[in-house]
Amino acid sequence: MDIVSATAGDATTTTPYRMRLLAGWADTGTTAGLAEHHRRYAPLPPAAFAGRGGPARLIGLVESSGLRGRGGGGFPTARKLAAVAAGRGPRTVVANGCEGDPAGAKDRVLMELAPHLVIDGILLAAHAVGAAEAVLCVHEDSSAIPVLAAALRERGATRTPIRIVEVTRRYVASEETALVSVLDRGDARPRGRFPRPTERGVRSRPTLVDNVETLAHLALIARYGDAWFRAAGTDDSPGTTLVTVGGAVNDPGVYEIELGLPIGAILQVAGGPLVPVQAVLLGGLGGTWLGPEFVRTPLSHAGCRTAGAALGIAAVIALPAAACGIAETARVLRFLADESAGQCGPCMFGLPAIADDMDELALMPDHAGRVAARLRSRLAVIPGRGACAHPDGAVRLAASALHVFADDVAGHAEGGPCRWVGQPSWMPVPAPAGRRR
Amino acid sequence: MSRTPLRLRVEPITCHAHGICRELLPELIRLDEWGYPVLDDHPVPAALLAPARVAVRSCPSLALRLDRMA
Amino acid sequence: MGQSLWFASRGTGLVTALLLTATTVLGAIHAGRVTSARWPRFTLHAVHRNLSLLTLVFLAVHVASAIIDPYAGIAWLDVVVPFVSTYHPFWLGMGAVAFDLILAVVVTSLLRRRIGLWWWRAVHLSAYALWPVAMLHGVGIGGADTRLGWVLALYLACAAAVLVAVVRRLLVRDPDRDARRRAWTS
Ligand code: HEM
Ligand code: HEM
Ligand SMILES: Cc1cc2nc3c(=O)[nH]c(=O)nc-3n(C[C@H](O)[C@H](O)[C@H](O)COP(=O)(O)O)c2cc1C
Ligand code: SF4
Repeated sequence: MDIVSATAGDATTTTPYRMRLLAGWADTGTTAGLAEHHRRYAPLPPAAFAGRGGPARLIGLVESSGLRGRGGGGFPTARKLAAVAAGRGPRTVVANGCEGDPAGAKDRVLMELAPHLVIDGILLAAHAVGAAEAVLCVHEDSSAIPVLAAALRERGATRTPIRIVEVTRRYVASEETALVSVLDRGDARPRGRFPRPTERGVRSRPTLVDNVETLAHLALIARYGDAWFRAAGTDDSPGTTLVTVGGAVNDPGVYEIELGLPIGAILQVAGGPLVPVQAVLLGGLGGTWLGPEFVRTPLSHAGCRTAGAALGIAAVIALPAAACGIAETARVLRFLADESAGQCGPCMFGLPAIADDMDELALMPDHAGRVAARLRSRLAVIPGRGACAHPDGAVRLAASALHVFADDVAGHAEGGPCRWVGQPSWMPVPAPAGRRR
Repeated sequence: MSRTPLRLRVEPITCHAHGICRELLPELIRLDEWGYPVLDDHPVPAALLAPARVAVRSCPSLALRLDRMA
Repeated sequence: MGQSLWFASRGTGLVTALLLTATTVLGAIHAGRVTSARWPRFTLHAVHRNLSLLTLVFLAVHVASAIIDPYAGIAWLDVVVPFVSTYHPFWLGMGAVAFDLILAVVVTSLLRRRIGLWWWRAVHLSAYALWPVAMLHGVGIGGADTRLGWVLALYLACAAAVLVAVVRRLLVRDPDRDARRRAWTS
């Protein structure tokens, strides 16, 4: 399989359909301005989806392309478009460019390198659902903001007005109902899973919340069609994806790859492992640990599911064989616990509790297996009981750690020294600023 | 006449761990170690519908609901 | 006849005051999350609700007997509109305010699921204003009666009970509330 990366000097074969979102950058090495954007992709064909049946034709095209959301849920994009289009009253499109997960950098890279692709996608989505306004949500002080603002100025008046809104830098602030809440009342906390924003979103009207990369793919599907889109990727996960590779690799960064590429090959794209790797964390901080079988696991929804993982956001962190997975997991859990919005009991009490348990497993002997048993029973009771999926992610991470690092758990239980002591962390989480309790 | 099955649901944000639902309906509701109700997805059996309604009415935070199953 | 109505009005007034105090105390205990094996919280809740309805019954008799008795010349309007009566306009006005508040508290409680938690709570918390207003009405309008030893003792006992319940409610530590306060907001 062709691997097309976007590292400087490493851009090998640039077949038009493999290097898609970052093709302009791979050629020029800079942000694509409007002229460059038009030269490469041509302006949006205005006539293609005009007229009464236009929006429906566009949604049909997305449907047959098989595009799935790139914000972590992997939900079929056409179904969301259709749900919002069927809604009543003024509708809103919200482009989610916050990327709250520190394991990911791909949305920022996309917005900085190909802002016009994102803008095209927003305009097309607004057209498809009949939205009169669009909002582009980005983390406050993000370096992408000046680039996006400049790109919007270049555009002049767009058919649907797009405004940039800066959102608090908190992990859960970019969950979709939290974004709706920010836009409605400035409170960046999730509001609950039902009804979904597609039914009742901004100002209680149908609202489309889509990840910026999802929208950028939409901009290309509208131009080149469904068959073109499916020429890359797998049946169940078509197209390319931006993936953030971190941890123990030679060239950590953001790459565009075909979905379905084995994770071992993805590490090669990122310059190969720095040191022997025992496991990868896949899908962001609330993701899944994969043991050595990661080498062969394809980065696709079906591939990850078969491996007992969830694709989540396309992010891979390589953990060196010398590091301690339990201790690293404990740090991430502490971060996730501190990031709870503190609104739902099982989240605000459960996450600190499992972070404590994981800490204890890493640092203290557990001869009777009491701590591990308590942790397991807590992991069984927490999922699905928050207003958002935040606690579910933390539980997924902890459960996969117990599975993948079972030997470490056993070793620590016997009071073996922690290999990790004194080593810097490989996880992209800020050092805890003292326990908040 | 076939009735649509009903299921108990709790709104996680509004639930403030009063625990009254558990006092009224121990058959279907248990509390986790922090005092928040753990519900299953099963329909409420007909025999327990009356106490389930009382539990819903008695929740001080109105966090408990009886929903039609989709 | 006239005398007995007058006694009925005073007697039911005192009973209403007692019941209202009990209801308020139970409400505050409930909100303060006190539980015991004998008094699980749903019992507390049920007694609180039923006592409040009993309060309404006695209040109705109290009001009706006060009006039917021609002595003071109280009109039906005086029951709901404060400070318009000719008889002790201020003290009776307090009674009317209490009457309006108690109706609001009970009616919103019975419609609690319809009107939503926020509105219910907003109205329900006015119970803490309702209680002193009602008591002031009784103390003020009671005149010579209030100076009777046992009546005075009754009022003092009521005040002490409410005070203790409210202080408890303010002091009680509730992990849920504490955790919510600790969490981030933006
Ligand atoms: C005379 C009428 C009533 C009075 C004076 C009264 C008074 C009170 C008071 C003072 C509280 C404590 C509020 C707090 O500190 O948070 C309370 C709580 C409560 N009351 Fe009432 N109440 C009355 C009628 C009712 C009725 C008819 C219901 C029927 C459902 C009801 C249901 C409740 C509930 C569920 C609470 C608990 C709130 C919590 O625990 O957070 N009340 N009441
Ligand atoms: C919650 C509401 C109320 C409470 C708790 C209450 C309580 C009382 C009490 C304790 C007394 C004094 C009895 C005594 O010491 O002899 C009293 C007297 C009286 N109340 Fe009320 N009351 C309430 C509402 C009303 C209302 C709405 C009216 C309006 C018609 C009213 C009319 C009177 C009258 C005319 C007297 C007799 C005055 C007297 O004996 O000189 N009360 N009430
Ligand atoms: C705690 C939490 C954080 C999230 N953060 C992001 C985010 O930073 N960016 C994003 O695109 N989606 C995020 N999501 C997912 C969004 O809720 C939503 O599903 C997504 O933006 C939909 O876009 P898509 O269909 O294009 O994937 C988050 C979800 C959760 C539960
Ligand atoms: S589950 Fe956690 S993060 Fe999500 S809304 Fe509830 S408290 Fe906030």
